Amino acid sequence: MSFLSQIRGKPWLPDDKNQHPAPSTKALGVADEKVGLWVFLAVVGSLFLIFSNAYVERREYDDWRALPELGLLWFNTAMLILSSITLQWTRILENRERIKIGLLSGGFFACAFLIGQLCAWQQFADMGYLASTNPASSFFYLITGVHGLHVLGGLVALLRTCLKTWGGFALNQVQLSVSLCSVYWHFLLLVWLVFFGLMFFS
Amino acid sequence: MTQAAYQEDLPLHEPHSFWTKYVFSQDHKIIAIQYTTTAIAVGLVGLVLSGLMRLQLGFPGSFSFIDPASYYQYITMHGMIMIVYLLTALFLGGFGNFLIPLMVGARDMVFPFVNMLSYWAYLLSVLVLMASFFVPGGPSGAGWTLYPPQVILQGTPGADGGITLMLVSLILFIIAATMGGLNYVTTVLQARTYGMTLMRMPLSVWGIFMATVLALLAFPALFVGAVMLLFDKFAGSSFFMPAIFSMGKQLAHEGGSPVLFQHIFWFFGHPEVYIVALPAFGIVSDLLSAHARKNIFGYRMMVWAILAIGGLSFIVWAHHMYVSGMNPYFGFFFATTTLIIAVPTAIKVYNWTLTLWHGNIRLTIPMLFSIAFISTFTIGGLTGLFLGNVVIDLPLSDTYFVVAHFHMVMGVAPLFVVFGGIYHWYPKATGRMLNDTLGHIHFWVTFIGTYVIYFPMHYLGFIGVPRRYFADEAYKFIPESAQGLNEFITEAALIVGVVQLIFVFNLGWSYFRGKRAESNPWHATTLEWQTPQTPAEHGNWGPKLPVVYRWAYDYSVPGAAEDYLPQNVKPLGDEVDNDSGGGVLAET
Repeated sequence: MSFLSQIRGKPWLPDDKNQHPAPSTKALGVADEKVGLWVFLAVVGSLFLIFSNAYVERREYDDWRALPELGLLWFNTAMLILSSITLQWTRILENRERIKIGLLSGGFFACAFLIGQLCAWQQFADMGYLASTNPASSFFYLITGVHGLHVLGGLVALLRTCLKTWGGFALNQVQLSVSLCSVYWHFLLLVWLVFFGLMFFS
Repeated sequence: MTQAAYQEDLPLHEPHSFWTKYVFSQDHKIIAIQYTTTAIAVGLVGLVLSGLMRLQLGFPGSFSFIDPASYYQYITMHGMIMIVYLLTALFLGGFGNFLIPLMVGARDMVFPFVNMLSYWAYLLSVLVLMASFFVPGGPSGAGWTLYPPQVILQGTPGADGGITLMLVSLILFIIAATMGGLNYVTTVLQARTYGMTLMRMPLSVWGIFMATVLALLAFPALFVGAVMLLFDKFAGSSFFMPAIFSMGKQLAHEGGSPVLFQHIFWFFGHPEVYIVALPAFGIVSDLLSAHARKNIFGYRMMVWAILAIGGLSFIVWAHHMYVSGMNPYFGFFFATTTLIIAVPTAIKVYNWTLTLWHGNIRLTIPMLFSIAFISTFTIGGLTGLFLGNVVIDLPLSDTYFVVAHFHMVMGVAPLFVVFGGIYHWYPKATGRMLNDTLGHIHFWVTFIGTYVIYFPMHYLGFIGVPRRYFADEAYKFIPESAQGLNEFITEAALIVGVVQLIFVFNLGWSYFRGKRAESNPWHATTLEWQTPQTPAEHGNWGPKLPVVYRWAYDYSVPGAAEDYLPQNVKPLGDEVDNDSGGGVLAET
């Protein structure tokens, strides 16, 4: 029953349907962890949405100087995309050994992304764009920093998934963890693509 | 396997040692008590700060330790503590934790470990905030709205350590609130017991649920604002800081927009008002219904109003910024949305009042506080209609009229529900009743005191006394009589402040000496009163989860043996026969 039809219910009426408790209040029909993740993504989404609002608002002022494009960022973007694809592939696997390979390579690409982002910071700093130089570069450090912390948090979750996989947890538990990781990865990829586009191509 | 059956079969991690049972507990009831006691403790700090503020306003210059800097620090910390660390934490972390699993018939929150982390992060945020009293320069004195540029400029009290600690503390609080909020939302969505449809949930759960949704979506704005302020302060960026001369020299900042911060802040700040108001709305509905022995009037409308208020609360924020210089059409839009949000709110007030009508009212302490809530909330809400209009707001902005308005509507009113809720659920949480005589003293002094304190402030506002001023006597436009009124308000405020200690004493004394409570002392219908033990044990329900057959408001049902039918009571004979719908219960 959809949310809208549920809240049209009249719980005070003693009609048949309400006499007997529904056999299940089966809420959303998915694991608690999935619901929790989606709620968390709403929070993170709200966070980055507000960052993007602030970015767009601040951009309208006269002192705005856009950052130059950096080739390295394309490489980093590719790393994050590869990481996302790998985890998506891992998600459909049934074979524990292959899952291990998928997790390791997904983690590897994500680490490569983070290291690449740090190198990008270094390159911008060498070019004289510091956090205090102008609002565009301040935003670059701020947003890549917050995004990177979220990727780092994802890596912690991925590490726990690895521990489950190597630790011989049941396959369905491992698969649940992998699918949670992959959803989170896709989400962070989306956030990065939006900001990459916003900062350099709009 | 159904969701409820799944929850029923989950292993319960029974705590084995003192530490895991009472300190690092993952039991929602213990966490609720931890949240509540911490919030009350930090709230007492906020109370003392308000007393110090009133001392300066009532008897200016009489106390040598209050200088302008410390006065601003009292204001700032009082506001921040009361709104965020007391009310938000108590409603969501305290009542939310205690009530949600018990009321929806769950064993616990769905992520107990995250729930425990939530409390410890909250405690850490409180400690970091309190630490700012002890750093050189003291806590921030920038006002709880933290407006740049002055918030991080030299010359503002606490511009060095104080503001840093406050921003870090807020970030920690947001992390704590997010971890808690994930639990509250997911538990309501996933862990309801057999038969607990959404529309059978008590309004307390609805209010806390919606407030949590608001918190999850609005706190990120404060997070963004705090992080960007820290960047401006430490990395030298200019998100919010314009080109500015400070202490005789030009700062490196250039081009930033203070108004941008105001938008970000109030995009959090206005939903925040409803983060503390919606749980109060929900809880007071349940208190009124139970103590008036009557079903809540217009349950479905109440649910819809909660949802509507939650949605609308995101598009009214700029009514806090009418004086910041905005496009008149922008102001017109926000004035309109502000007046529209008054409609679902007014519906709720009517429904509370109509719940009392023809009820079998029992003037217990929770009931007294609930009625007091309707009174102060209505008065404060009506002045909100004044302030929501741009033309009326402009002259009244930043006067004591505003102070009176928001203290009535979102300070005192939710606090009355906190008190009412604590008197109501204390027996379930501890197994003992709170002392009634002390409760009456507490209630009457606080209730009358509220009007004595805040009613005169409206008049101060009308004659133009500005808020936030350290001293009023040097201004020609402020008549001398204002000082007399201020002195009177201060005396009342000090009395009300001291009486709160009676409440705190009552909490402690009754825990050891209070009358033993039966398992359902108020004869209420909701599930938390139907637990096999009082206080409820770990896991709440014994081996089997309760089964819900009816909504939460079957009071004074015709034909029932007692004047109430708990939610887990099977349908009576005549209810079953009456399967054509409508009929007996619809008229109760």
